Amino acid sequence: MSTRSSTLTGRIMSAPSIIALFLWMIVPLGMTIYFSFLRYNLLSPGMEEWVGTLNYEFFLTDPAFFASLANTLLLVGSVLVITVVGGVLLGLMLDQPIFGRGILRLLVIAPFFIMPTVNALVWKNLLMHPVSGMFAWIANSLGFQSIDWFSEAPLTAIIIMVSWQWLPFAVLILLTALQSLDRDQKEAAQMDGAGPVSIFFYITLPHLSRAITVVVLIETIFLLTVFAEIFVTTGGGPGLATTNIAFLVYTQALLQYDVGGASAGGIVAVVLANIVAIFLIRLIGKNLDR
Amino acid sequence: MENKQTPLGHIGFSIFAWIVGLLIFFPIFWMVLTSFKTELEAVSIPPSFISFDWTLENYAEVQARSDYFRFAMNSVILSVGSTLVGLLFAVPCAWAMAFNPTKRTKDALLWMLSTKMMPPVGVLVPIYLVFRDWGLLDTRFGLIMVLFLMNLPIMVWMLYTYFKEIPSDILEAARMDGATLPKEIIFVLLPMAVPGIASTMLLNIILAWNEAFWTLNLTTADAAPLTAFIASYSSPEGLFWSKLSAASTLAVAPILIIGWFSQKQLVRGLTFGAVK
Repeated sequence: MSTRSSTLTGRIMSAPSIIALFLWMIVPLGMTIYFSFLRYNLLSPGMEEWVGTLNYEFFLTDPAFFASLANTLLLVGSVLVITVVGGVLLGLMLDQPIFGRGILRLLVIAPFFIMPTVNALVWKNLLMHPVSGMFAWIANSLGFQSIDWFSEAPLTAIIIMVSWQWLPFAVLILLTALQSLDRDQKEAAQMDGAGPVSIFFYITLPHLSRAITVVVLIETIFLLTVFAEIFVTTGGGPGLATTNIAFLVYTQALLQYDVGGASAGGIVAVVLANIVAIFLIRLIGKNLDR
Repeated sequence: MENKQTPLGHIGFSIFAWIVGLLIFFPIFWMVLTSFKTELEAVSIPPSFISFDWTLENYAEVQARSDYFRFAMNSVILSVGSTLVGLLFAVPCAWAMAFNPTKRTKDALLWMLSTKMMPPVGVLVPIYLVFRDWGLLDTRFGLIMVLFLMNLPIMVWMLYTYFKEIPSDILEAARMDGATLPKEIIFVLLPMAVPGIASTMLLNIILAWNEAFWTLNLTTADAAPLTAFIASYSSPEGLFWSKLSAASTLAVAPILIIGWFSQKQLVRGLTFGAVK
Protein backbone atom coordinates (compact mmCIF):
# COMPACT_ATOMS: atom_id res chain seq x y z
CA MET A 1 0.00 0.00 0.00
CA SER A 2 2.99 2.21 -0.28
CA THR A 3 2.33 4.88 -2.86
CA ARG A 4 4.63 7.68 -3.88
CA SER A 5 3.02 10.22 -1.55
CA SER A 6 2.87 7.86 1.42
CA THR A 7 6.54 7.06 0.90
CA LEU A 8 7.28 10.76 1.10
CA THR A 9 5.21 11.14 4.27
CA GLY A 10 7.04 8.16 5.69
CA ARG A 11 10.38 9.79 5.00
CA ILE A 12 9.29 13.02 6.64
CA MET A 13 8.06 11.14 9.68
CA SER A 14 11.23 9.13 10.17
CA ALA A 15 13.72 11.83 9.22
CA PRO A 16 13.93 13.58 12.62
CA SER A 17 14.92 10.40 14.42
CA ILE A 18 17.48 9.42 11.84
CA ILE A 19 19.01 12.90 11.69
CA ALA A 20 19.11 13.15 15.49
CA LEU A 21 20.88 9.81 15.80
CA PHE A 22 23.28 10.76 13.07
CA LEU A 23 24.23 13.94 14.88
CA TRP A 24 24.52 12.09 18.17
CA MET A 25 26.70 9.21 17.03
CA ILE A 26 28.39 9.71 13.71
CA VAL A 27 29.48 13.32 14.21
CA PRO A 28 31.05 12.78 17.67
CA LEU A 29 32.60 9.55 16.42
CA GLY A 30 34.18 11.48 13.59
CA MET A 31 35.46 14.01 16.10
CA THR A 32 36.89 11.24 18.28
CA ILE A 33 38.72 9.80 15.29
CA TYR A 34 40.07 13.26 14.44
CA PHE A 35 41.18 13.97 18.04
CA SER A 36 42.87 10.59 18.21
CA PHE A 37 45.44 11.85 15.68
CA LEU A 38 46.19 15.05 17.59
CA ARG A 39 48.38 15.93 20.50
CA TYR A 40 45.64 17.59 22.47
CA ASN A 41 45.68 18.19 26.20
CA LEU A 42 43.08 20.29 27.96
CA LEU A 43 45.76 21.67 30.28
CA SER A 44 47.66 23.20 27.40
CA PRO A 45 45.02 24.67 25.12
CA GLY A 46 46.04 26.05 21.73
CA MET A 47 48.94 23.62 21.47
CA GLU A 48 47.10 21.02 19.40
CA GLU A 49 49.14 19.49 16.64
CA TRP A 50 48.85 16.59 14.25
CA VAL A 51 50.86 13.62 15.50
CA GLY A 52 49.63 10.85 13.23
CA THR A 53 49.26 7.48 14.91
CA LEU A 54 51.39 8.41 17.90
CA ASN A 55 48.44 8.30 20.32
CA TYR A 56 47.60 4.79 19.17
CA GLU A 57 51.20 3.71 19.56
CA PHE A 58 51.26 5.08 23.09
CA PHE A 59 47.90 3.64 24.02
CA LEU A 60 48.49 0.20 22.53
CA THR A 61 51.98 -0.18 24.00
CA ASP A 62 51.01 1.17 27.41
CA PRO A 63 51.16 -1.61 30.03
CA ALA A 64 47.95 -0.14 31.39
CA PHE A 65 46.26 -1.01 28.12
CA PHE A 66 47.17 -4.70 28.39
CA ALA A 67 46.14 -4.81 32.02
CA SER A 68 42.82 -3.19 31.25
CA LEU A 69 42.24 -5.34 28.17
CA ALA A 70 42.85 -8.44 30.26
CA ASN A 71 40.53 -7.13 32.96
CA THR A 72 37.86 -6.33 30.40
CA LEU A 73 38.00 -9.81 28.86
CA LEU A 74 38.08 -11.50 32.26
CA LEU A 75 35.13 -9.45 33.47
CA VAL A 76 33.03 -10.01 30.34
CA GLY A 77 33.93 -13.70 30.09
CA SER A 78 33.26 -14.55 33.71
CA VAL A 79 29.98 -12.67 33.88
CA LEU A 80 28.83 -14.33 30.67
CA VAL A 81 29.58 -17.82 31.96
CA ILE A 82 27.94 -17.15 35.32
CA THR A 83 24.82 -15.53 33.92
CA VAL A 84 24.25 -17.98 31.06
CA VAL A 85 24.77 -21.12 33.14
CA GLY A 86 22.85 -19.61 36.06
CA GLY A 87 20.20 -18.29 33.70
CA VAL A 88 19.57 -21.69 32.13
CA LEU A 89 19.35 -23.39 35.54
CA LEU A 90 17.09 -20.72 37.03
CA GLY A 91 15.02 -20.61 33.86
CA LEU A 92 14.45 -24.37 34.07
CA MET A 93 13.63 -24.02 37.75
CA LEU A 94 11.08 -21.27 37.22
CA ASP A 95 9.53 -23.21 34.34
CA GLN A 96 8.39 -25.89 36.81
CA PRO A 97 5.19 -25.76 38.80
CA ILE A 98 6.17 -24.13 42.09
CA PHE A 99 4.07 -22.65 44.87
CA GLY A 100 3.88 -18.89 44.33
CA ARG A 101 5.84 -19.01 41.11
CA GLY A 102 4.77 -15.51 40.05
CA ILE A 103 6.09 -13.92 43.24
CA LEU A 104 9.25 -15.99 43.14
CA ARG A 105 9.91 -14.79 39.61
CA LEU A 106 9.56 -11.18 40.75
CA LEU A 107 12.15 -11.75 43.46
CA VAL A 108 14.60 -13.35 41.04
CA ILE A 109 14.42 -10.60 38.42
CA ALA A 110 14.49 -7.73 40.93
CA PRO A 111 18.28 -7.13 40.82
CA PHE A 112 18.04 -6.02 37.20
CA PHE A 113 16.12 -2.91 38.21
CA ILE A 114 18.58 -1.79 40.86
CA MET A 115 20.62 1.18 39.71
CA PRO A 116 24.32 0.32 39.28
CA THR A 117 25.57 2.76 41.92
CA VAL A 118 23.21 1.32 44.54
CA ASN A 119 24.16 -2.21 43.56
CA ALA A 120 27.85 -1.46 43.93
CA LEU A 121 27.68 0.37 47.27
CA VAL A 122 25.29 -2.06 48.92
CA TRP A 123 27.49 -5.01 47.96
CA LYS A 124 30.69 -3.23 48.90
CA ASN A 125 29.53 -2.16 52.35
CA LEU A 126 26.63 -4.22 53.63
CA LEU A 127 27.78 -7.54 52.21
CA MET A 128 31.49 -7.54 51.40
CA HIS A 129 32.88 -5.34 54.16
CA PRO A 130 35.74 -7.32 55.77
CA VAL A 131 34.62 -6.61 59.36
CA SER A 132 30.92 -5.76 59.53
CA GLY A 133 29.74 -7.25 56.25
CA MET A 134 27.34 -10.15 55.98
CA PHE A 135 29.88 -12.37 54.21
CA ALA A 136 32.52 -11.74 56.88
CA TRP A 137 30.05 -12.72 59.58
CA ILE A 138 29.07 -15.92 57.73
CA ALA A 139 32.71 -16.82 57.11
CA ASN A 140 33.66 -16.17 60.73
CA SER A 141 30.78 -18.12 62.18
CA LEU A 142 31.75 -21.08 59.99
CA GLY A 143 35.26 -20.79 61.31
CA PHE A 144 36.92 -19.26 58.23
CA GLN A 145 38.95 -16.11 57.82
CA SER A 146 36.91 -13.31 56.30
CA ILE A 147 38.08 -11.95 52.96
CA ASP A 148 38.89 -8.31 52.38
CA TRP A 149 37.23 -8.43 48.96
CA PHE A 150 38.36 -5.10 47.58
CA SER A 151 42.04 -5.52 48.38
CA GLU A 152 42.45 -9.28 48.03
CA ALA A 153 40.12 -10.06 45.15
CA PRO A 154 38.87 -6.76 43.74
CA LEU A 155 38.08 -7.98 40.23
CA THR A 156 36.23 -11.01 41.59
CA ALA A 157 34.15 -8.66 43.73
CA ILE A 158 33.25 -6.59 40.68
CA ILE A 159 32.44 -9.76 38.72
CA ILE A 160 30.09 -10.91 41.49
CA MET A 161 28.26 -7.58 41.61
CA VAL A 162 27.87 -7.32 37.85
CA SER A 163 26.77 -10.96 37.56
CA TRP A 164 24.10 -10.40 40.19
CA GLN A 165 22.80 -7.49 38.17
CA TRP A 166 22.75 -9.31 34.82
CA LEU A 167 21.63 -12.77 35.94
CA PRO A 168 17.96 -11.70 35.91
CA PHE A 169 18.32 -10.48 32.34
CA ALA A 170 19.47 -13.92 31.24
CA VAL A 171 16.75 -15.59 33.32
CA LEU A 172 13.99 -13.42 31.82
CA ILE A 173 15.03 -14.07 28.24
CA LEU A 174 15.77 -17.77 28.66
CA LEU A 175 12.54 -18.29 30.56
CA THR A 176 10.61 -16.58 27.77
CA ALA A 177 12.31 -18.91 25.29
CA LEU A 178 11.66 -21.98 27.46
CA GLN A 179 7.99 -21.21 27.64
CA SER A 180 7.72 -21.33 23.87
CA LEU A 181 9.12 -24.88 23.85
CA ASP A 182 6.69 -27.37 22.40
CA ARG A 183 5.45 -29.59 25.26
CA ASP A 184 4.37 -32.36 22.87
CA GLN A 185 7.89 -32.81 21.64
CA LYS A 186 9.09 -33.33 25.17
CA GLU A 187 6.30 -35.75 25.96
CA ALA A 188 6.98 -37.72 22.81
CA ALA A 189 10.62 -38.05 23.82
CA GLN A 190 9.55 -39.16 27.28
CA MET A 191 7.34 -41.84 25.76
CA ASP A 192 10.32 -43.10 23.82
CA GLY A 193 12.11 -43.52 27.10
CA ALA A 194 14.39 -40.48 27.08
CA GLY A 195 15.56 -39.41 30.53
CA PRO A 196 15.55 -35.83 31.79
CA VAL A 197 19.25 -35.44 31.01
CA SER A 198 19.00 -36.48 27.39
CA ILE A 199 15.82 -34.41 26.96
CA PHE A 200 17.75 -31.42 28.22
CA PHE A 201 20.71 -31.94 25.90
CA TYR A 202 18.83 -33.03 22.78
CA ILE A 203 15.65 -30.95 22.95
CA THR A 204 15.80 -28.12 25.47
CA LEU A 205 19.33 -26.87 24.86
CA PRO A 206 19.06 -26.77 21.04
CA HIS A 207 15.78 -24.90 21.43
CA LEU A 208 17.51 -22.38 23.70
CA SER A 209 20.57 -21.90 21.51
CA ARG A 210 19.16 -18.86 19.74
CA ALA A 211 18.10 -17.15 22.98
CA ILE A 212 21.48 -17.92 24.53
CA THR A 213 23.20 -16.32 21.55
CA VAL A 214 21.09 -13.19 21.99
CA VAL A 215 21.88 -13.04 25.72
CA VAL A 216 25.61 -13.46 25.07
CA LEU A 217 25.73 -10.78 22.39
CA ILE A 218 23.64 -8.17 24.18
CA GLU A 219 25.35 -8.71 27.52
CA THR A 220 28.76 -8.47 25.87
CA ILE A 221 27.93 -5.08 24.44
CA PHE A 222 26.83 -3.72 27.81
CA LEU A 223 29.57 -5.47 29.79
CA LEU A 224 32.38 -4.16 27.63
CA THR A 225 31.68 -0.74 29.10
CA VAL A 226 30.93 -1.48 32.75
CA PHE A 227 31.66 1.81 34.45
CA ALA A 228 29.59 2.83 37.46
CA GLU A 229 30.37 -0.28 39.51
CA ILE A 230 34.10 0.40 39.18
CA PHE A 231 33.73 4.15 39.60
CA VAL A 232 32.06 3.96 43.01
CA THR A 233 33.86 0.97 44.53
CA THR A 234 37.51 0.66 43.52
CA GLY A 235 38.17 3.62 41.25
CA GLY A 236 40.06 1.20 39.00
CA GLY A 237 42.43 0.02 41.71
CA PRO A 238 44.22 -1.16 43.66
CA GLY A 239 46.83 -0.32 41.04
CA LEU A 240 45.17 -1.28 37.79
CA ALA A 241 43.50 -4.39 39.18
CA THR A 242 39.97 -3.34 38.25
CA THR A 243 40.58 -0.89 35.43
CA ASN A 244 38.79 -1.94 32.27
CA ILE A 245 39.07 -0.22 28.89
CA ALA A 246 36.12 2.06 29.54
CA PHE A 247 37.54 3.18 32.85
CA LEU A 248 41.01 3.68 31.39
CA VAL A 249 39.59 5.98 28.72
CA TYR A 250 37.68 7.87 31.38
CA THR A 251 40.78 8.43 33.52
CA GLN A 252 42.77 9.62 30.53
CA ALA A 253 40.10 12.03 29.39
CA LEU A 254 38.59 13.49 32.53
CA LEU A 255 41.37 13.01 35.07
CA GLN A 256 44.51 13.48 32.97
CA TYR A 257 42.87 15.74 30.35
CA ASP A 258 44.68 13.85 27.60
CA VAL A 259 42.08 14.21 24.86
CA GLY A 260 44.24 12.69 22.13
CA GLY A 261 45.14 9.57 24.09
CA ALA A 262 41.63 9.10 25.42
CA SER A 263 40.22 9.40 21.91
CA ALA A 264 42.58 6.72 20.64
CA GLY A 265 41.45 4.52 23.54
CA GLY A 266 37.82 5.25 22.74
CA ILE A 267 38.33 4.13 19.15
CA VAL A 268 39.94 0.91 20.34
CA ALA A 269 36.87 0.30 22.52
CA VAL A 270 34.60 0.97 19.55
CA VAL A 271 36.49 -1.54 17.40
CA LEU A 272 36.23 -4.18 20.14
CA ALA A 273 32.49 -3.60 20.53
CA ASN A 274 31.94 -3.69 16.79
CA ILE A 275 33.41 -7.16 16.48
CA VAL A 276 30.52 -8.35 18.64
CA ALA A 277 27.97 -5.96 17.20
CA ILE A 278 28.37 -7.26 13.66
CA PHE A 279 27.25 -10.73 14.73
CA LEU A 280 24.32 -9.41 16.73
CA ILE A 281 23.06 -7.15 13.97
CA ARG A 282 23.27 -9.95 11.44
CA LEU A 283 21.28 -12.23 13.73
CA ILE A 284 18.59 -9.63 14.35
CA GLY A 285 18.49 -8.69 10.67
CA LYS A 286 17.77 -12.29 9.75
CA ASN A 287 14.97 -12.30 12.26
CA LEU A 288 13.41 -9.20 10.65
CA ASP A 289 12.91 -11.04 7.38
CA ARG A 290 10.77 -13.73 8.91
CA MET B 1 10.37 -33.13 33.38
CA GLU B 2 8.81 -32.69 36.78
CA ASN B 3 5.37 -33.57 35.46
CA LYS B 4 5.12 -36.93 37.14
CA GLN B 5 6.27 -35.71 40.51
CA THR B 6 4.91 -36.96 43.75
CA PRO B 7 3.22 -34.30 45.93
CA LEU B 8 6.09 -34.61 48.37
CA GLY B 9 8.64 -34.05 45.61
CA HIS B 10 6.64 -31.06 44.48
CA ILE B 11 6.78 -29.49 47.91
CA GLY B 12 10.46 -30.30 48.22
CA PHE B 13 11.24 -28.69 44.90
CA SER B 14 9.20 -25.62 45.79
CA ILE B 15 11.10 -25.16 49.02
CA PHE B 16 14.39 -25.52 47.17
CA ALA B 17 13.32 -22.98 44.54
CA TRP B 18 12.23 -20.49 47.17
CA ILE B 19 15.54 -20.77 49.00
CA VAL B 20 17.38 -20.04 45.76
CA GLY B 21 15.06 -17.13 44.97
CA LEU B 22 15.38 -15.61 48.41
CA LEU B 23 19.18 -15.85 48.26
CA ILE B 24 19.18 -13.88 45.02
CA PHE B 25 16.85 -11.30 46.50
CA PHE B 26 18.74 -11.14 49.78
CA PRO B 27 20.92 -8.06 49.06
CA ILE B 28 17.81 -5.99 48.38
CA PHE B 29 16.04 -7.31 51.46
CA TRP B 30 19.12 -6.61 53.58
CA MET B 31 19.39 -3.08 52.22
CA VAL B 32 15.77 -2.32 53.09
CA LEU B 33 16.17 -3.85 56.55
CA THR B 34 19.36 -1.90 57.25
CA SER B 35 17.62 1.34 56.35
CA PHE B 36 15.46 0.91 59.47
CA LYS B 37 18.38 0.36 61.84
CA THR B 38 20.49 2.86 63.73
CA GLU B 39 24.02 3.32 62.40
CA LEU B 40 25.45 1.35 65.32
CA GLU B 41 23.12 -1.58 64.78
CA ALA B 42 23.84 -1.55 61.06
CA VAL B 43 27.48 -2.48 61.64
CA SER B 44 26.96 -4.71 64.66
CA ILE B 45 28.22 -8.27 64.61
CA PRO B 46 26.37 -10.60 64.71
CA PRO B 47 23.89 -8.77 62.48
CA SER B 48 20.41 -8.30 63.91
CA PHE B 49 17.51 -9.50 61.80
CA ILE B 50 14.34 -8.50 63.62
CA SER B 51 15.22 -7.68 67.19
CA PHE B 52 16.42 -4.15 66.80
CA ASP B 53 14.82 -0.79 67.42
CA TRP B 54 13.05 -0.02 64.19
CA THR B 55 13.59 3.60 63.31
CA LEU B 56 12.65 5.98 60.52
CA GLU B 57 15.21 8.59 61.41
CA ASN B 58 17.54 7.64 58.53
CA TYR B 59 14.92 8.64 56.03
CA ALA B 60 14.44 11.99 57.72
CA GLU B 61 18.17 12.52 57.97
CA VAL B 62 18.85 11.71 54.33
CA GLN B 63 16.48 14.49 53.38
CA ALA B 64 17.67 16.95 56.00
CA ARG B 65 21.37 16.49 55.38
CA SER B 66 21.59 16.21 51.66
CA ASP B 67 18.39 17.52 50.16
CA TYR B 68 17.37 14.16 48.80
CA PHE B 69 14.29 15.48 47.02
CA ARG B 70 16.27 17.72 44.71
CA PHE B 71 18.11 14.69 43.35
CA ALA B 72 14.93 12.65 43.20
CA MET B 73 13.24 15.50 41.32
CA ASN B 74 16.13 15.53 38.86
CA SER B 75 15.76 11.80 38.33
CA VAL B 76 12.06 12.22 37.62
CA ILE B 77 12.59 15.17 35.30
CA LEU B 78 15.40 13.48 33.41
CA SER B 79 13.72 10.12 32.95
CA VAL B 80 10.24 11.42 32.17
CA GLY B 81 11.55 14.30 30.09
CA SER B 82 13.82 12.14 27.96
CA THR B 83 10.98 9.64 27.51
CA LEU B 84 8.51 12.27 26.31
CA VAL B 85 10.99 13.84 23.89
CA GLY B 86 11.82 10.33 22.74
CA LEU B 87 8.17 9.52 22.01
CA LEU B 88 7.86 12.70 19.99
CA PHE B 89 10.61 11.48 17.69
CA ALA B 90 10.13 7.73 17.86
CA VAL B 91 6.37 7.37 17.38
CA PRO B 92 6.22 8.99 13.91
CA CYS B 93 9.39 7.18 12.89
CA ALA B 94 8.22 3.74 13.99
CA TRP B 95 4.79 4.45 12.58
CA ALA B 96 6.16 5.24 9.13
CA MET B 97 8.44 2.21 9.22
CA ALA B 98 5.64 -0.14 10.22
CA PHE B 99 2.90 1.14 7.91
CA ASN B 100 4.81 2.60 4.97
CA PRO B 101 7.86 0.39 4.75
CA THR B 102 10.24 1.08 1.89
CA LYS B 103 13.13 -0.93 0.61
CA ARG B 104 15.43 0.91 2.95
CA THR B 105 13.37 0.53 6.13
CA LYS B 106 15.21 -2.58 7.21
CA ASP B 107 18.58 -0.95 6.69
CA ALA B 108 17.50 2.13 8.60
CA LEU B 109 16.32 0.01 11.53
CA LEU B 110 19.54 -1.95 11.66
CA TRP B 111 21.60 1.21 11.36
CA MET B 112 19.73 2.69 14.33
CA LEU B 113 20.44 -0.45 16.27
CA SER B 114 24.12 -0.24 15.41
CA THR B 115 24.35 3.21 17.00
CA LYS B 116 23.22 1.57 20.23
CA MET B 117 26.17 -0.82 20.02
CA MET B 118 28.61 2.05 20.18
CA PRO B 119 30.35 2.09 23.56
CA PRO B 120 29.75 5.47 25.19
CA VAL B 121 33.48 5.95 25.87
CA GLY B 122 33.90 6.16 22.10
CA VAL B 123 32.10 9.49 22.05
CA LEU B 124 32.74 10.64 25.64
CA VAL B 125 35.49 13.10 24.75
CA PRO B 126 33.72 15.09 22.00
CA ILE B 127 30.40 15.09 23.84
CA TYR B 128 32.11 16.33 26.99
CA LEU B 129 33.92 19.09 25.11
CA VAL B 130 30.82 20.17 23.21
CA PHE B 131 28.86 20.24 26.46
CA ARG B 132 31.58 22.29 28.10
CA ASP B 133 31.76 24.78 25.26
CA TRP B 134 27.99 25.17 24.96
CA GLY B 135 27.46 25.46 28.70
CA LEU B 136 25.45 22.25 28.83
CA LEU B 137 27.47 20.51 31.53
CA ASP B 138 25.38 19.88 34.62
CA THR B 139 22.16 21.12 33.01
CA ARG B 140 18.94 19.15 32.93
CA PHE B 141 18.38 20.11 29.31
CA GLY B 142 21.71 18.67 28.22
CA LEU B 143 21.17 15.44 30.08
CA ILE B 144 17.63 15.00 28.80
CA MET B 145 19.04 15.26 25.28
CA VAL B 146 21.74 12.68 26.01
CA LEU B 147 19.35 10.21 27.63
CA PHE B 148 16.77 10.68 24.88
CA LEU B 149 19.32 10.05 22.12
CA MET B 150 20.83 7.13 23.97
CA ASN B 151 17.51 5.33 24.17
CA LEU B 152 16.00 6.46 20.87
CA PRO B 153 17.02 3.30 18.96
CA ILE B 154 15.38 1.09 21.59
CA MET B 155 12.21 3.17 21.51
CA VAL B 156 11.92 3.08 17.72
CA TRP B 157 12.53 -0.64 17.68
CA MET B 158 10.09 -1.45 20.40
CA LEU B 159 7.34 0.72 18.96
CA TYR B 160 8.03 -0.76 15.55
CA THR B 161 7.51 -4.31 16.79
CA TYR B 162 4.24 -3.24 18.44
CA PHE B 163 2.94 -1.29 15.44
CA LYS B 164 3.80 -4.21 13.17
CA GLU B 165 1.24 -6.28 15.02
CA ILE B 166 -1.62 -3.90 14.23
CA PRO B 167 -3.41 -5.51 11.27
CA SER B 168 -3.44 -3.14 8.31
CA ASP B 169 -6.72 -4.65 7.08
CA ILE B 170 -8.43 -2.67 9.76
CA LEU B 171 -7.27 0.53 8.07
CA GLU B 172 -8.81 -0.56 4.79
CA ALA B 173 -12.05 -1.32 6.55
CA ALA B 174 -12.12 2.09 8.21
CA ARG B 175 -11.38 3.74 4.89
CA MET B 176 -14.25 1.86 3.25
CA ASP B 177 -16.53 3.23 5.92
CA GLY B 178 -15.45 6.71 4.91
CA ALA B 179 -12.95 7.55 7.64
CA THR B 180 -10.53 10.34 6.78
CA LEU B 181 -6.86 10.00 7.63
CA PRO B 182 -6.95 12.01 10.90
CA LYS B 183 -10.04 10.10 12.01
CA GLU B 184 -8.39 6.87 11.03
CA ILE B 185 -5.43 7.69 13.23
CA ILE B 186 -7.37 8.99 16.23
CA PHE B 187 -10.18 6.46 16.38
CA VAL B 188 -8.74 3.33 14.88
CA LEU B 189 -4.98 3.23 15.22
CA LEU B 190 -4.30 5.14 18.39
CA PRO B 191 -6.40 2.94 20.69
CA MET B 192 -4.61 -0.10 19.32
CA ALA B 193 -1.22 1.51 19.71
CA VAL B 194 -1.64 2.75 23.28
CA PRO B 195 -0.50 -0.45 25.05
CA GLY B 196 2.68 -0.55 22.98
CA ILE B 197 3.40 3.11 23.58
CA ALA B 198 2.77 2.71 27.31
CA SER B 199 5.17 -0.20 27.70
CA THR B 200 7.79 1.59 25.64
CA MET B 201 7.49 4.54 28.00
CA LEU B 202 7.90 2.35 31.05
CA LEU B 203 10.99 0.59 29.75
CA ASN B 204 12.51 3.88 28.74
CA ILE B 205 11.90 5.41 32.16
CA ILE B 206 13.62 2.43 33.77
CA LEU B 207 16.65 2.70 31.49
CA ALA B 208 16.95 6.47 31.91
CA TRP B 209 16.49 6.31 35.68
CA ASN B 210 19.30 3.78 36.09
CA GLU B 211 21.67 5.23 33.50
CA ALA B 212 25.00 5.75 35.25
CA PHE B 213 27.63 6.60 32.68
CA TRP B 214 26.51 9.94 31.32
CA THR B 215 24.81 11.04 34.51
CA LEU B 216 28.04 10.49 36.45
CA ASN B 217 30.27 12.14 33.87
CA LEU B 218 28.19 15.12 32.81
CA THR B 219 26.70 16.31 36.11
CA THR B 220 28.13 17.64 39.34
CA ALA B 221 25.37 19.25 41.38
CA ASP B 222 22.51 21.13 39.73
CA ALA B 223 21.30 18.44 37.37
CA ALA B 224 22.61 15.43 39.29
CA PRO B 225 20.06 12.60 39.59
CA LEU B 226 19.91 9.81 42.17
CA THR B 227 22.65 7.73 40.49
CA ALA B 228 25.12 10.53 41.21
CA PHE B 229 23.65 11.16 44.66
CA ILE B 230 24.21 7.54 45.68
CA ALA B 231 27.70 7.62 44.16
CA SER B 232 28.56 10.44 46.58
CA TYR B 233 28.33 7.85 49.36
CA SER B 234 31.41 6.11 47.97
CA SER B 235 33.73 8.38 49.97
CA PRO B 236 31.83 9.02 53.18
CA GLU B 237 32.85 10.10 56.62
CA GLY B 238 31.86 8.17 59.74
CA LEU B 239 29.11 5.63 59.98
CA PHE B 240 26.78 5.85 57.03
CA TRP B 241 25.34 2.42 56.25
CA SER B 242 21.80 3.08 57.42
CA LYS B 243 21.67 6.37 55.61
CA LEU B 244 23.10 4.80 52.47
CA SER B 245 20.47 2.07 52.75
CA ALA B 246 17.64 4.52 53.26
CA ALA B 247 18.73 6.66 50.31
CA SER B 248 19.16 3.55 48.17
CA THR B 249 15.79 2.13 49.11
CA LEU B 250 14.10 5.35 48.12
CA ALA B 251 16.09 5.47 44.89
CA VAL B 252 15.26 1.97 43.69
CA ALA B 253 11.70 1.54 44.99
CA PRO B 254 9.79 3.34 42.22
CA ILE B 255 11.75 1.65 39.45
CA LEU B 256 11.43 -1.76 41.05
CA ILE B 257 7.67 -1.39 41.04
CA ILE B 258 7.55 -0.19 37.43
CA GLY B 259 9.97 -2.94 36.48
CA TRP B 260 7.87 -5.66 38.02
CA PHE B 261 4.90 -4.51 36.00
CA SER B 262 6.78 -4.40 32.73
CA GLN B 263 8.94 -7.52 32.86
CA LYS B 264 7.44 -8.99 29.67
CA GLN B 265 7.99 -5.80 27.69
CA LEU B 266 11.54 -5.71 28.91
CA VAL B 267 12.39 -8.86 26.97
CA ARG B 268 10.94 -7.41 23.81
CA GLY B 269 12.63 -4.05 24.25
CA LEU B 270 16.07 -5.30 25.13
CA THR B 271 16.33 -8.10 22.58
CA PHE B 272 15.00 -6.00 19.69
CA GLY B 273 12.33 -8.57 18.98
CA ALA B 274 14.86 -11.38 18.58
CA VAL B 275 13.29 -13.42 21.39
CA LYS B 276 9.53 -13.55 21.77
